[in-house]
Amino acid sequence: MNIVSMQETTISPELAKKFSRNLIERLIEFGLLCSAAFAVLITTAIVYVLVSEAIPFFQHVSLYDFFTDTVWTPNYSIKHYGILALVSGTLTTTFIALFVAIPLGTITAIYLSEFASHKVRETIKPVLELLIGVPTVVFGYFALMMVTPLLQKIYPDLTTFNMLGPGIVMGIMIVPYIASVAEDSMRAVPMAMREGAYAMGATRFQTAIRVITPAAISGIVAAYILAISRAVGETMIVAIAAGQQPNFTFNPVESAATITSYIVSVALGDLEHGGIGYQSIFAAGLTLLLMTLSFNIVGHMARKKFAERY
Amino acid sequence: MVAKNKHNEIIKAESRDLNFFYADGTQALKNVSLPVYENKITALIGPSGCGKSTFLRSFNRMHDLYPGNRYDGQIILYPDNTNILDPKVDPIEVRMRISMVFQKPNPFPKSIYENVAYGLRVRGESNARVLDEKIEEALKGASLWDEVKDRLQDLAFNLSGGQQQRLCIARALATDPEIMLFDEPTSALDPIATVNIEELMSSLKDKLSILIVTHNMQQAARISDYTAYMYLGELVEHDKTGTIFTKPSKKETEDYITGKFG
Repeated sequence: MNIVSMQETTISPELAKKFSRNLIERLIEFGLLCSAAFAVLITTAIVYVLVSEAIPFFQHVSLYDFFTDTVWTPNYSIKHYGILALVSGTLTTTFIALFVAIPLGTITAIYLSEFASHKVRETIKPVLELLIGVPTVVFGYFALMMVTPLLQKIYPDLTTFNMLGPGIVMGIMIVPYIASVAEDSMRAVPMAMREGAYAMGATRFQTAIRVITPAAISGIVAAYILAISRAVGETMIVAIAAGQQPNFTFNPVESAATITSYIVSVALGDLEHGGIGYQSIFAAGLTLLLMTLSFNIVGHMARKKFAERY
Repeated sequence: MVAKNKHNEIIKAESRDLNFFYADGTQALKNVSLPVYENKITALIGPSGCGKSTFLRSFNRMHDLYPGNRYDGQIILYPDNTNILDPKVDPIEVRMRISMVFQKPNPFPKSIYENVAYGLRVRGESNARVLDEKIEEALKGASLWDEVKDRLQDLAFNLSGGQQQRLCIARALATDPEIMLFDEPTSALDPIATVNIEELMSSLKDKLSILIVTHNMQQAARISDYTAYMYLGELVEHDKTGTIFTKPSKKETEDYITGKFG
């Protein structure tokens, strides 16, 4: 090994570290850190409130009953706190929404990214984004006054309050989210990949389905995760059009309450602060948070598994 | 119909008075008339922006992918004697017979096997035995088989740059094209990978005709049979490679080849 002897050096003032430049850099870095920390702080605060309010609830109701009982009747004389009655409503409406939104949103994204001309894309995209801006309460009445009556013409036994109508409307509401995120990720696929596919004699459809979609799959999965979280957390549409009757069923033509619609109905009613009914909304909220969290984790893992490099 | 030149070499395709205009109105090719001989390598050289890539990409109608581009003139493919630029010609059919290898390796986000299978699947081939056979043949043809035969299901991105480019050649080879277009296929590769690709191109010409764009004049001199020098969208000179590099007939060609210009 060669050992090079070190030469005596001085630090010339021009090359020396500048105090003021250093200070400004540090201040900026601190400012950025604060903004980033804010989001984490808020999340932590929400979890803290949920947990601290749910703890007294679980001193009354055992975790076992909470997760196995299928009846939710906090307002009746015989009180039951079986969250499954609300989870079933949440899962059913979410599933219906995704059943509508995933195919529609994905097809829209493929069309916009791979088929539409510049002009068509610039017309459709703003309209889709407008759909994102529609207040959910409007969607709720749309489900109750338009979609359910329409469905009743096909299926006359359908009750006024049911999960099918709001589920479908929720799906329509989510379409632009999926379309927008998925389209962005498809457009980010390098042109070289498309040229490669076309040069092999592929049609536009073959290129879109066999090359571009797999290349953009991690973004498409991200869009689906966003859609699931949006559907699980959606409140107004189901509160208005699904009926607020907790009901352990996965049958879409029945009426039911979701976790969110229960929380909103209780929170709007006159409830004694600190009572068990009041605390139950925090337990329900905590369940909702855990559901969203687990969907996100599964989605994150799926994204990692499918992640394609190009 | 078979077309031949005075040395009795068969012409596979030829451009006649080819002009090309990009959507913004710039004319990238001016009256280019150039033959591509069967089982020969024709190299296109010239400084950046001279139109050589534009010319190459006209042969598989790549310009059709971008709206507003316009061809004027003919590219005739033999033995069909068909002008492949004619609007009545389906560019997909053209690409099925004239394949292309790009400057940067662009494998698909799929396994090595599926990358080579792509062209066959696009053509509706789904018989596993036929696919296996064709893929092995193509990978052998691209001298990649020995390196990948034990990991055909690996993602193509795990290969090195040179291997990826040979995979792209195998992909283009799998469908038995008549002409293969190479757009600076080694400019993103290291010297050893470059030598591999050059040897591969020389071995491929037994089976098909090759048109290659290259920035590397030594490469053109090493592997091509014919060389065309282009400048500002025009074809300045076209002859046997030996003639172009030893006694070019035009002063501009000589200046470019000797490095006085370009």
